[in-house]
Amino acid sequence: MSIINESMTSKEMLNILVAKNMEDARKAKERGDLVCWSSSIAPCEFCEAMGIYTVYPENHVVGIAARKGAPELLEYAERKGYSNDICGYARANLAYMDVQKCVSEELPLPDLVLLCNNICETLLKWYENIAYELNIPLLIVDVPYNHDKEITEENIQYVEAQFHDIIHQLEVICNKPFDEKKFQEVMKVSAQNAKDWYDATMLCSARPSPLSGFDMFNYMALIVCMRGKKECGMTFRKLKEELEEKISRGECGLKNAEEKYRIMWDGIACWPYLSHTYKVLKKHGINMTGSTYPSAWALEYTPGNLFEMAKAYTGMGNNLSLEGQINLRKSIIEETQCDGVIMHMNRSCKMCDFLQYEVGKELNDSLNIPITTFDGDQADPRNYSKAQYETRMEALVEMMSENIPSRNSSGN
Amino acid sequence: MEINQIINNFIQIANSPDKAIKQSCERNHKNAVGCVAPYAPEEIIYAANCIPVGLWGGEVELRKARTYLPAFACSIMQSVMEYETKGTYDILKAVLIPAMCDTLKCFGQKWKGACPAIPFVYPQNRRVKSAELFLENEYKSITKKLEDILNVDITEKALKESIILYNDYRLAMREFTEIAAVHTTTISPTVRHQIIKASYFIDKKEYLCYIRELNEKLRLQPVEHSKNKRVVVSGIMLEPKGILSHFESLGIDVVGDDLAQETRQFMTDVPFAGDALKSLARQWINHNACSLAFDPYKQRIQHLVDLVHHFKADGVVLALMKFCDPEEYDVPIIMSKMKEENIPLLVIEIDQQAKAFEQINTRLQGFVESMDD
Repeated sequence: MSIINESMTSKEMLNILVAKNMEDARKAKERGDLVCWSSSIAPCEFCEAMGIYTVYPENHVVGIAARKGAPELLEYAERKGYSNDICGYARANLAYMDVQKCVSEELPLPDLVLLCNNICETLLKWYENIAYELNIPLLIVDVPYNHDKEITEENIQYVEAQFHDIIHQLEVICNKPFDEKKFQEVMKVSAQNAKDWYDATMLCSARPSPLSGFDMFNYMALIVCMRGKKECGMTFRKLKEELEEKISRGECGLKNAEEKYRIMWDGIACWPYLSHTYKVLKKHGINMTGSTYPSAWALEYTPGNLFEMAKAYTGMGNNLSLEGQINLRKSIIEETQCDGVIMHMNRSCKMCDFLQYEVGKELNDSLNIPITTFDGDQADPRNYSKAQYETRMEALVEMMSENIPSRNSSGN
Repeated sequence: MEINQIINNFIQIANSPDKAIKQSCERNHKNAVGCVAPYAPEEIIYAANCIPVGLWGGEVELRKARTYLPAFACSIMQSVMEYETKGTYDILKAVLIPAMCDTLKCFGQKWKGACPAIPFVYPQNRRVKSAELFLENEYKSITKKLEDILNVDITEKALKESIILYNDYRLAMREFTEIAAVHTTTISPTVRHQIIKASYFIDKKEYLCYIRELNEKLRLQPVEHSKNKRVVVSGIMLEPKGILSHFESLGIDVVGDDLAQETRQFMTDVPFAGDALKSLARQWINHNACSLAFDPYKQRIQHLVDLVHHFKADGVVLALMKFCDPEEYDVPIIMSKMKEENIPLLVIEIDQQAKAFEQINTRLQGFVESMDD
């Protein structure tokens, strides 16, 4: 029997499921069942089919950072020899691996790890260290960067071949044959969940948007951690219903504020200052309607078709060429009708930052859309300045209001 | 030539890359193709009758690069970006850029130089057979792009000859590092670095003649019993030269290295696998003990310990390239292993744009003293 039901709101479902997922993993560990640490957009389908409990260090650190608990872990990592240039998620997680204590939910230590570098190469070294230090098996799906315009057949074939290798490795680790039947079911569930996630979050394109992008950040925990479970899709379908109702009532996702401007948020949230970043935007009537997150987990494939599945994991936004990344953002800006772009110069994520100049210039030139950047970090609070953020947002509002004078005056 | 003449020749080449490349191209009627650090299938470039040129940045003041890259991009990429925007690389006909880390992935997409860029990927899951096939395809694509850009045919015969030449070069370089380790008065840290660096700026065939001659002559010299401290250096590269001069003034000899710019370039031969591009792909599959090649068993760490024992070194200097993720992740594990093995370790930060090295000097001084204990 499911622990959620249709009478609950999507938010209630979300909270129950996220807590339950972590609790299940802790209990599994106590029982001696296998626990896996996985990168956020790795193919969860294989471990799920084998009954391995999977938890997500990136998501775990988000919880820690948002509760202001990252500094202790970051300092521990730095004392151990990790440079403070390294990704804050990785530093905090590698420290947690040693101290196993944090301000958020406790994460059981893994018996194996699964990494997929379709979001960044940092994961390679981070997970290397986990596997080496804990002396546990490491499963990897190495996704080649799509440096040309198209995603090549060769890239996809290489990824697909690794899926078969993972199946073989899991059989050895679990000492049982791969559960093909369960795998087929999980693929169906995952593909459906991905679709439900995309359908719900893309309702942001309505005007006003029924969802604040910052609320979407909360729901993201579910698509990260429970993509292989039915309850995940149930929650997103509920969310979609709620948002459709709000659209029919003309309700805005910003609480007690009018949506004057719509922006695309480029990059990861600045978790240690989530509230501040949100409140400043809200004060100006800015709603984040566009982001790369809805499409990030829109991993569409025909269940049972491993080639398509490999293609879906290979075609991730972060893994696209510059041209692909620009086109992705253009379509988000157009679909969600954004008036401006906020780029998070995230000290922890080189992949998010190092094409910002080129992406920003092209968006600005071709769409005539104002862009601002701010310095921040996904986990390390030391890299953010409230004053800088506020000033930059004021400047963005000024530029957006010049671009859309009619809407601005009607909004006042 | 006398030993000193050969060494001076290498030093001149390393000190004046522009001139060296131009002259070598003219002498051999070849064009130059760039390879952004750290790795590239140079044999393909060579088979296209071109001279592969290593682009490892340099001591240049950053002006335009700051527009295109945030301050926390590694200094090699900052200076390569500066050079490409100011026209230093205009002599190149094409440039190969491997997507080995997040910085390089992005870098391959934002080349500002005059010639075309050819980004490519080294597969990291090297335990699966398909990785080799994937890389072979990447190399086919590089070959095709070079043929189009240079208007040449890259034949199987030329590729095989090129592989033989490069394997000969690798062998000669490995011999050189062994011989240099017992001639550390003649081959000081700066000289050692310059000799290896010179290989990036002239035709490998010419370079091979020089290095073989040096090896031969050095071998005939008596072993030099220096009282200096002997260290193994690890990291991406050991520059700027200002740092090396402190090694010398403090009496530190570099007897072995695990630097991407130096030994990691020639430690893995290209095996014979029939087809030339397949052979080249297999070399990467066999390339281990490197921070840039995925390895959950961290063979690099034991490799460092083995190097220390092999060269009878007194300690390890980790030349940590600032903002280099692949290197930075290995630091705590190296620290812990060296402690366990009782091998003195010093971590110094490498920044090509640095002008003052007093802090490094002080730390090296302390390190020398600690090795005395």
